[in-house]
Amino acid sequence: MEKVKILDDVCKGCGLCTTVCPKKIMVLSKDRINAKGYSPVEIIDMDACISCAACAKMCPDAVLSIYK
Amino acid sequence: MTTVFEKPKRFISEKMHYCPGCTHGTAHRLVAEVIEELGMNDRAVGVAPVGCSVFAYNYLDYDMYQAAHGRAPAVATGAKRVHPDNLVFTYQGDGDLASIGAAEIVHAAARGENITAIFINNAIYGMTGGQMAPTTLVGQSTTTSPYGRDASLCGHPIRVSEMLATLDGAAYIERVSLHDVPNINKAKRAIKKAFQTQIDKKGFSMVELLSTCGTNWGKSPIEAIEWLKSDMIPQYPLGVYKEVD
Amino acid sequence: MSKVLMKGNEAIAEAAIKAGCKFFFGYPITPQNQIPEYMSKRMPQVGGTFLQAESEVAAINMVYGASGAGARVMTSSSSPGISLKQEGISYIACAELPCVIVNIVRSGPGLGGILPSQADYFQSVKGGGHGDYRLIVYAPASVQEAADLVMESFEVSDYYRVPAMILGDGMIGQMMEPVEFKAPKKRNLPPKVWAATGWDGKSRKKAIINSLYIQAEEMSAVCNRLDGVYKQIAKNETLYEEYMMDDAQICIVAYGTTSRICKNAITTARDNGIKVGLIRPITVWPYPTDVIKKAASKVDHFLAIEMSMGQMVEDVRLAVNGEKPVSFYGTTGGVVPTPEGIYDEIKKIAEGK
Repeated sequence: MEKVKILDDVCKGCGLCTTVCPKKIMVLSKDRINAKGYSPVEIIDMDACISCAACAKMCPDAVLSIYK
Repeated sequence: MTTVFEKPKRFISEKMHYCPGCTHGTAHRLVAEVIEELGMNDRAVGVAPVGCSVFAYNYLDYDMYQAAHGRAPAVATGAKRVHPDNLVFTYQGDGDLASIGAAEIVHAAARGENITAIFINNAIYGMTGGQMAPTTLVGQSTTTSPYGRDASLCGHPIRVSEMLATLDGAAYIERVSLHDVPNINKAKRAIKKAFQTQIDKKGFSMVELLSTCGTNWGKSPIEAIEWLKSDMIPQYPLGVYKEVD
Repeated sequence: MSKVLMKGNEAIAEAAIKAGCKFFFGYPITPQNQIPEYMSKRMPQVGGTFLQAESEVAAINMVYGASGAGARVMTSSSSPGISLKQEGISYIACAELPCVIVNIVRSGPGLGGILPSQADYFQSVKGGGHGDYRLIVYAPASVQEAADLVMESFEVSDYYRVPAMILGDGMIGQMMEPVEFKAPKKRNLPPKVWAATGWDGKSRKKAIINSLYIQAEEMSAVCNRLDGVYKQIAKNETLYEEYMMDDAQICIVAYGTTSRICKNAITTARDNGIKVGLIRPITVWPYPTDVIKKAASKVDHFLAIEMSMGQMVEDVRLAVNGEKPVSFYGTTGGVVPTPEGIYDEIKKIAEGK
């Protein structure tokens, strides 16, 4: 199980999570769009994730679930 | 693996109609988290307003009302008087609460109604397309103040938390912000204190949450957060404005 | 049960309490102030809640809240205050919430006067609020009838989940008459499983007290379903009185206190050989259309009499449907018709003028 579960098709690509991640491992996808037509967030380096959940708390749409 | 963060059970968030980056979703989640942590899932009853959050009854899985514009505190009064042991809250925007609903929120607070108002202040009318609100800043451009709000023409914004704090029936009033994680954490604590105030029957409680409306401010979600910090907080200082023992 | 001499407003309030109404939200306005005042004294005595709201608007929304929570609840006001309540009434009707709304009618339009009138007929039965809805509207003609109808209205409103209105006037509200509180016919009322009482997530459907239907098909379905309920009400709940109609050649149609003045005029007319009778709607919605329609085949002439510029007369015309002539006589502004004035009108018709 991953440290971060992303509800890909719920993400609206607002980018707020990318601004609060202390490890700077979150980016909005550059090459794909989800079912809603947004560029969803992706984790570029899951190993660096410290499960701080800042992204999940910042996300208005409860896209992210965090595990340790 | 242990769970560090999962959304609360009573928050139905998969199909919310809010714009990308709109902090309504965050506010909804905090309300649902607090109600769950207080063990009040079965007894929470919410009153949705007219505004972007008119469909809050679809996203918050409690018995809910949808109220006429501005009248949520009166509806909540009726609901709470019938079932005083329920946790009754209103969820209102700045047009709903501070414009058409000004009388209702003042009198609910004055009566010391044991209800909690969750006040989403984003300085604009969202759902109807970006008109001026009672909390719109001087100089702020909206669809009904296209040259920027002119104080000599239509006055100054209302600081609701400060205003209601003057009422003896108001037991707990705090203004918080949703612009970053530390402030979101503070906002959650404020919501918890407000609901606890209701549970302890101390009187009226309100949390004013400074929020963004990127779409009608003409800003991206991240730009909107910045404007909240730079322009809204100086006008609407954060802090506790009323707290009775 | 013994009779007590009571002011109409107070009898209305006591009848509500006897009917199990435990919540009252109101606001002062003449000539109904005795209703909230009486409630403020009596509600605490019966363990109920009285609250003077900040406005009539707030009061009707408190009714929405309390009714949505499953309680029997009432509000009262007079004409301008009922105008203020219209949005709330429309919401209540759409959300199918039972409640009783009392209008002690004063003269209008505008701030008007404080004397009696019947100029809120259109407001009461032809909308008032926006959208496709109806209220069950009761028009008592005496303090006793007001008490009876208040008690009945709680049963009917709960049964159909349709708000009920008591259409009184300043005379009914202010005069004192003997009244006896009799329980109405009890109906088989289902439990209010639709009420917002707190939800455990499983034991029933989530309760949403709502009137928002963004999808046209959904809104249409609601309106059509409500129409089915209104048709049932029209079939089962129409109340009226026929007075001296067996041999009547002239039929007066009047409701409320006006009907009593008409009865005086009818006595004079009969003494003078004029065969005149009265059909008195007791529910003005549903309106006794069929009764009037049937009378149209027997009488020569209809005379609608109201304390207004002519509102209910339109429903008489609809019912008569051109079969016979329909005349109107009214006084307005707080002016109350006299038996002599009414008799003069009857005479004019009898003499073919």
